[in-house]
Amino acid sequence: MSTATVGDLVSQPYKHGFVTDIETEKIAKGLSEDVVRLISSKKSEPEFLLAFRLRAYRQWLQMQSPDWAALGYPPIDYQNIIYYAAPKQQEKKASLDEVDPKLLETFEKLGIPLSEQKRLSNVAVDAVFDSVSIATTYREKLAEHGVVFCSISEAVKEYPDLVEKYLGTVVPSNDNYFAALNSAVFSDGSFVFIPKGVACPMELSTYFRINSADTGQFERTLIIAEEGASVSYLEGCTAPMFDTNQLHAAVVELVVLDDASIKYSTVQNWYAGDEHGVGGIYNFVTKRGQCRGDRSRISWTQVETGSAITWKYPSCVLQGADSVGEFYSVALTNNYQQADTGTKMIHVGPRTRSTIVSKGISAGHSSNSYRGLVQIGPKAVGAKNYSQCDSMLIGDQAGANTYPYIRSQQPDAAVEHEASTCRISADQLFYLQSRGIGFEEAVSMMVSGFCRDVFNQLPMEFAAEADKLLALKLEGSVG
Amino acid sequence: MIRPDAPVLLEVSDLHARVEEQPILKGVNLTIRAGEIHAVMGRNGSGKSTLSKVLAGHPAYTVTAGSVSYMGSDLLELAPEQRSRLGLFLGFQYPVEIPGVSNLEFLRVSTNARRAQRGEEELDTFAFEDLVRERLKVVQMDPAFLDRSVNEGFSGGEKKRNEILQMALLEPLVAILDETDSGLDIDALRIVADGVNQLAGPENATLLITHYQRLLDLITPDFVHVMAAGRILRTGGKELALELERTGYEWVDQELASLGREPAEVL
Ligand SMILES: Nc1ncnc2c1ncn2[C@@H]1O[C@H](COP(=O)(O)OP(=O)(O)O)[C@@H](O)[C@H]1O
Ligand SMILES: [Mg+2]
Repeated sequence: MSTATVGDLVSQPYKHGFVTDIETEKIAKGLSEDVVRLISSKKSEPEFLLAFRLRAYRQWLQMQSPDWAALGYPPIDYQNIIYYAAPKQQEKKASLDEVDPKLLETFEKLGIPLSEQKRLSNVAVDAVFDSVSIATTYREKLAEHGVVFCSISEAVKEYPDLVEKYLGTVVPSNDNYFAALNSAVFSDGSFVFIPKGVACPMELSTYFRINSADTGQFERTLIIAEEGASVSYLEGCTAPMFDTNQLHAAVVELVVLDDASIKYSTVQNWYAGDEHGVGGIYNFVTKRGQCRGDRSRISWTQVETGSAITWKYPSCVLQGADSVGEFYSVALTNNYQQADTGTKMIHVGPRTRSTIVSKGISAGHSSNSYRGLVQIGPKAVGAKNYSQCDSMLIGDQAGANTYPYIRSQQPDAAVEHEASTCRISADQLFYLQSRGIGFEEAVSMMVSGFCRDVFNQLPMEFAAEADKLLALKLEGSVG
Repeated sequence: MIRPDAPVLLEVSDLHARVEEQPILKGVNLTIRAGEIHAVMGRNGSGKSTLSKVLAGHPAYTVTAGSVSYMGSDLLELAPEQRSRLGLFLGFQYPVEIPGVSNLEFLRVSTNARRAQRGEEELDTFAFEDLVRERLKVVQMDPAFLDRSVNEGFSGGEKKRNEILQMALLEPLVAILDETDSGLDIDALRIVADGVNQLAGPENATLLITHYQRLLDLITPDFVHVMAAGRILRTGGKELALELERTGYEWVDQELASLGREPAEVL
């Protein structure tokens, strides 16, 4: 009988697994104070940044890798990683015509055309390849509105004061083991500055591509929205298929002043390893936003589908009165993937509000945990949180866990938590199939129904993408 | 309506099927021609639902022998979704709930899959709304059900009406209704029976699985089959159902015993 099983469906080949053959400048493997200095000098950085890196490196040496997450992996050999790799092209090019066509081709293949004619008309893109940003589109057009969108390396040169003022103020270099490592060796990433009163006229987006084997990616992103400003930013990522694990340890910091808002969306599709759990990215990410101003707002939306290991808790520190934090997440794991992801909502100011909607989908032999903290401080009078954590299991080998932590020092705070678990059953799939709906479409209908509350939060252009991506990732998983 | 020259839509020959390692169907024979209404009766556990699910292609059941031809092609070679697109319909005894999937969208995708097979154009959301509102009348269903998730929180009767609504949209050639009448009150039963009668015509055929004469009072079968121990033990006209109502299934045990089977095996 020609009936596909959900198992066949989940195990679709990874479509971004190719390697670009390009001459790359790499430094030797290993980490030391000299390597930190070397990275800084390669980027001709100002003194303050070298000092920041060195302090972080020394802190990191004193720290321990966190062991509280529900993740299992062999110890990482930090001396066996390359901390800087860049395609050989001397300077970042002013014009795209001068960018190595192989790089442009790579991004085009990934669905991110950078050339003038083909690019998306309402999305500006910063394209990061291994350790460096190779192109940022629409920079001039954005500059007309006072919006700065460039790589963080360029920002260090062109806007050192802004970088110095904000870098490390949301995620201090000693925040955690991986943040310290990132602070010491970060290579590139994006910088966004939206001045007072400006609503950014287009979507901003960064696309991260790991290409070299044995190379870690340590990107650093800093986004600042001044009073009354607003921006929507999207981050995407892919990597080739290697049978070794690669480390990705990023830090993202958001700063939002009075009446400003940042909407930060991620579609994470790093290589997840094969069906036996060999290879794939180790993704240890610290993302945090600070609502410094009154009535400010930060919204995190993430669709996490890749990586062998995901350790990630995009968080909001709600300092300003009436500030709002949101976290919408879909995390899908298959085969032997492991994810421990969630958020922290730290209510500091009065009448601060937060919403958490987490949807975990586990298939194959994977493990998927939600871990979230809602903390209500003594001054957060009238604070409110609503959390909803739903898990969907596909097949009977996968695991899902929910670890909600609530700490309240405010007796009148309203904290509400709901959780549910469901399983895609063979009978549900058969029901849809017996109504003429193909197996894959049936799975994707059920999964996207489950994820709808989160997908609705994605920028229009990417909601359909996310739907397709999940369907693809689930090929072969229900039996 | 029996016409001996009407085309054969479904031909089941010596069908054997098992679930896991347990044989359930043990040689079912059944011929259904266009225009006919068949009723299958029999005790709980005799294999009626299994027969209907095997015909619809449920992956839990393995066919071990026999064949099924549908409209001249080998039904068992087709994926479940292809069977539906080609006009085979199963109204489930226990329709499942599918949270998160909009009933309206589900009905539209399903209807369009069948339409595409028939070479008809796809209906967009607006055109489909018009169609579905018209078909809702067949089952006297409140349009509010369209906005909910598929079967989620529907009462037993509402689920059954949703099944008949799907049948009305898919316009099947062979509709198998597995105990669609069970658990319905008299009004709902009448609505469902009216719906089935409206949809029955000379081109299509209906197979009703039921325990109750009260359904057969409203939908008159051309053939009544009695199933026991995974096979059709006896076939007759509508009077066989009336006889069963009077005498029950006692005789089945005797007949099976004479076939050399233990009554216990019948369940
Ligand atoms: N999925 C299944 N797993 C195990 N046994 C089953 C399954 N489906 C049916 N059976 C068994 O097959 C027999 C026939 O069941 P069924 O076809 O549902 O009978 P009916 O519809 O006539 O009441 C019963 O003994 C039932 O327990
Ligand atoms: Mg039954």
